[in-house]
Amino acid sequence: MLFNRPSGRILESGVLAGAELTLWRGTTFLFEELSFAVPSGTALLVEGPNGAGKTSLLRVIAGLTLPESGTITWRGGDFQEQIRAGRLRMAFSGHALALKPELSTRANLEFFARLAGLQEMVGETLALTGLRDCADLEVRQLSAGQKRRAALARILLSRAELWLLDEPQTNLDAAGRQAVEAAIRNHLGQGGTVVVAAHQTLDLGSASVSHLRLGDA
Amino acid sequence: MAAAKLQTAPVGEATDSPALGLATLFRVVFVRDLQVGLRRWTDASNAALFFILVVTLFPLALSPRAEVLRMIAPGVIWIAALLATLLSLHLLFRADLEDGTLEQLFNLPYPLGWMLLAKTLAHWVITGLPVVLMAPVLAITYHLPASALGVLTFSLLLGTPTLSLLGSIGAALTAGLRGAGVLLAFIVAPLMLPVLMLGARATDLALAGENVTGPLYLMAALLVLAISLVPVVAAGAIRISAD
Repeated sequence: MLFNRPSGRILESGVLAGAELTLWRGTTFLFEELSFAVPSGTALLVEGPNGAGKTSLLRVIAGLTLPESGTITWRGGDFQEQIRAGRLRMAFSGHALALKPELSTRANLEFFARLAGLQEMVGETLALTGLRDCADLEVRQLSAGQKRRAALARILLSRAELWLLDEPQTNLDAAGRQAVEAAIRNHLGQGGTVVVAAHQTLDLGSASVSHLRLGDA
Repeated sequence: MAAAKLQTAPVGEATDSPALGLATLFRVVFVRDLQVGLRRWTDASNAALFFILVVTLFPLALSPRAEVLRMIAPGVIWIAALLATLLSLHLLFRADLEDGTLEQLFNLPYPLGWMLLAKTLAHWVITGLPVVLMAPVLAITYHLPASALGVLTFSLLLGTPTLSLLGSIGAALTAGLRGAGVLLAFIVAPLMLPVLMLGARATDLALAGENVTGPLYLMAALLVLAISLVPVVAAGAIRISAD
């Protein structure tokens, strides 16, 4: 399912594929000729020590960072073109949580829900992520974990087929971590695809999971 | 938390059309930026206060004589409006870049330039519109006759949105840089000169009792040109800043 070898050949096609990705950071390679393929309905766990390039790989997939070389494809077509053509919806959750501290949790989520046409699901999603009691608080008043839950709620309200999650369990308590895992399992069960950068192993049950180890290849 | 019951929203079909039409999208982005901007009241009021400060300093330093004030009023007010715009520009995309909002907007099935246009308009309503509304009041203290007040205000109404739009290019280019305020001003100020010259000229002509349609038509044309071209450029620039 997954290949990380100098030849960079993709031996098995996936719905999301990276081919021969190379990214410099300063004078060293973060990754060189990295290739991977993720079939739909499966999760790719990107692992590695701090500074190994997990976040960078996710940003490269999301099109936020341009790699030195290599291509990202979705269903065989160029990733960014598929997004522009409306054939791919992607939800990205990075270190920056895209929450406005001045607005309430509900107002923050309503904005993204409206963009996805799911505004009627905001209340339900707030309850599912354990944010019902702080829905009307300004985000600046939330704890770090509650903000992370709000970011998870934004992903749930995105209607995206592909999720790119960078350390989604940071700052979360046990229930929050389980909610992230349940959300990912649920998404995979619906045929969605997930790429997660994580330190700890996620309990994804029977879901098909592949691992990509960065930093010591 | 009911993790076991957690249901996600349905995964969008690949052929789904975007949820919002362009007009609704514009309104949604505009209203949100307005809400955020009004809650950052100290940031929002800076431009207006700076405008008042600059305009009220000139009579103190030059001369309080009515004929002198009348003569310099168009230039002073227009320069102050331009400086106030430059002062507030660095706020346009900075917060969105730092809190990750822009990253989210990049990968939506909507045109990025259109959303940036809505953001720029919201920014103008918060920082530019107060300047336009205060200008006639301050102009009265410069002994400007009533006939010229209307032209001055209208020229600012046509010109300051163009200034904000042109500035959005520089704001997009420098959003990721630390302490880029002066650099931003140097990038966009040359682009703004035609608006400054036409706006002050229109008010001058009105003071002299002459026909003002020429410069006002040109300013309207510049505004239309800016609305149509700037979003494309700003969208390209902001993607570079986010890398």
